[in-house]
Amino acid sequence: MSLELIFFLVLALASVVTAFGMLLSRNAIYSALYLVMNFITVAIFYLMLGAPFIAMAQITVYAGAIMVLFLFVIMLLGAERLPDTQVLPYQKWLARVLAFILVVETGYMLLVRGKPQGEIIPPEASANMVDSLREMGMTLFNEYLLPFEVTSVLLLVAMVGAIVLIRKDKKVG
Amino acid sequence: MIPINYYIILSAVLFTIGTLGVLTRRNALIIFMSVELMLNAANLAFVAFARAREIATGQPLFDGQIFVFFVIAVAAAEVAVGLALIVEIFKSKRSIDVDQMSSMKG
Repeated sequence: MSLELIFFLVLALASVVTAFGMLLSRNAIYSALYLVMNFITVAIFYLMLGAPFIAMAQITVYAGAIMVLFLFVIMLLGAERLPDTQVLPYQKWLARVLAFILVVETGYMLLVRGKPQGEIIPPEASANMVDSLREMGMTLFNEYLLPFEVTSVLLLVAMVGAIVLIRKDKKVG
Repeated sequence: MIPINYYIILSAVLFTIGTLGVLTRRNALIIFMSVELMLNAANLAFVAFARAREIATGQPLFDGQIFVFFVIAVAAAEVAVGLALIVEIFKSKRSIDVDQMSSMKG
């Protein structure tokens, strides 16, 4: 077993444990913090896959901006703990069975039917990251210029939408 | 040397945990976080396949990474609107339990 594989397995364990922590925590604040840890482990996976820009975007946008927004809303609403109201008691067990079937089916289709081939080699320590980033920027602003601009419009629409949603109540009341 | 299958299995497991969260939890915020986890699992598979393709062809390839970048941007937009909606629902119902959101009229 190589050092890389051990590193991968430890990190994979950390990310699965934090994901379960997010799922099982009764307190929503703890859930959010577990999810931040999960995003950071996934960012390290991106680094191992030779995607430093995506790793940094993951940390700043996901672990930074999005999760801060989540924590802010949780604290604003005081919704850390909700009483467990279970309208459909069989739903939890049904969900567990369905999730198990989903993971078995996904694994079967991807690994047995799809047969992904090949090994992932981490980028060499001497790899020039600046050149790689420059090339990625060239691809982004040449080939993917239109999707990039559409994304910026989408962000503007989301921002205006959020403001309108919050303002509406103020005018009425 | 890590087989790409390992990344795909990890991605599938994270996706399933996200699905479990959506199906079993009743707190709308936790359900939202589970959706983010599912998006993240899909992103991980994307980058892993992009890297495998890059190694197979020997050419630098950025399309997979750029797609993940767009997914992150769309997720940010989705969270901004979704959280605004949750705040509005909390204002009218004093609760974010999804079982309470069963009526069409506020």
